[in-house]
Amino acid sequence: MQSAATQRAVLDALELRYPALHGTLRDPGTGQRRAFVRFFACEEDLSNESPDTPLPAAVAEGKEPLLVVGAMAGG
Amino acid sequence: MSGVRVLVGSRKGAFILSSDERRQAWDVSGPHFAGWEVYHLAGSPVDPDRLYASQSTSWFGQVIQRSDDGGQTWETMSNDFNYAGVPGTHQWYDGTPHPWEFARVWHLEPSLTDRETVYAGVEDAALFRSTDGAASWQEVRGLREQDSGSQWQPGAGGMCLHTIMLDPQHSDRIVVAISAAGVFRTDDGGTSWHPINKGLLSNGIPSPAAEVGHCVHKLAMHPSRPETLYMQKHWDVMRSDDGGDSWVEVSGNLPTDFGFPIGVHAHEPETVYVVPITSDSHHFPPDGKLRVYRSRTGGVDWEALTNGLPQEHCYVNVLRDALAVDSLPDCGIYFGTTGGQVYASTDSGDSWAPIVRDLPAVLSVEVQTLS
Repeated sequence: MQSAATQRAVLDALELRYPALHGTLRDPGTGQRRAFVRFFACEEDLSNESPDTPLPAAVAEGKEPLLVVGAMAGG
Repeated sequence: MSGVRVLVGSRKGAFILSSDERRQAWDVSGPHFAGWEVYHLAGSPVDPDRLYASQSTSWFGQVIQRSDDGGQTWETMSNDFNYAGVPGTHQWYDGTPHPWEFARVWHLEPSLTDRETVYAGVEDAALFRSTDGAASWQEVRGLREQDSGSQWQPGAGGMCLHTIMLDPQHSDRIVVAISAAGVFRTDDGGTSWHPINKGLLSNGIPSPAAEVGHCVHKLAMHPSRPETLYMQKHWDVMRSDDGGDSWVEVSGNLPTDFGFPIGVHAHEPETVYVVPITSDSHHFPPDGKLRVYRSRTGGVDWEALTNGLPQEHCYVNVLRDALAVDSLPDCGIYFGTTGGQVYASTDSGDSWAPIVRDLPAVLSVEVQTLS
């Protein structure tokens, strides 16, 4: 990634590489996180952070992953 | 040799059931898109190997899939369903204004003449069209933007455009049905639309004979008679012989006229099929007996079809898009249940046998007749 590591930048890059993910993690119209998807990194829940907030340094440096986790509960 | 391909959408994936013209031995393929709700699959009449699937979940939203080999392999296509212009509001259940919000694709209808053109009926109710094989979608905005759009309200299952009928004899005519707004028709290829609900009575709405606001569950039509439309409504089975300009009730001697699907025999335009369920709160067949009803007179006079169907302790439902017919000489009738069974008849409904018994709850059934 050429830009700063943010949720938005990472997910943009992910969807560019895997177009089938478009609209499945973020609402395609608003760009907001889908309700049953959450983001974690460095043992913190980043789901309610602004998508433009810089991710932890460890994530930006490739030492820790950004986890995109779908809810397991429900039918 | 001819054959059939039954396209089954379910709560947890899609299944493709294939057989030759005898329709006795079946190949079961699936689940495709395992774990996802597949609301509808449809095949192009122009190229039967071109299939489309509506795949969705509350977790990950809507995905559109396309196959060019009859369902063996699939490709993800566009899921961008953007309402045109400033969408405004429709009515919510309580009558308050509610913004238009895309939820899912309920129904896919490939063009009768162009392999790359396909329509999508969505929730919140709108009609979309693709002319590039689902690589992109554009709203047919004239429908939602006609005068009554802001008055539309959802039914219990959501405000969905669930039926799209393309007139084989008038290429610019399309009829759609929306729960719970009613039926609408365009005669100019989608530029302008008008409600066609005259004759419908819905006692649960403030004005029972209103121009819009009727919970139409499903429409059916025989391609040789596009002026004759059949309707299963939230109560009442209806018929029109003037393209929907007026409707008359043909429930006749049905044990209950509440239900979801309706279908027409491939070779007998006056032979109609419904699957009555007890009521709007009891979505299961009366008396625990799964009975398909057939009229050979276009309604009013109905007979129960039970041979091969469970006649006790059966409390499944058949959803609006889960009944279909093939066009083989001995017209096959198919339906899927919320209990996971898919039944088939090869004798116009006189007898039935299960193709499969234990699928996830079936959401839709379509049939392709292959030559």
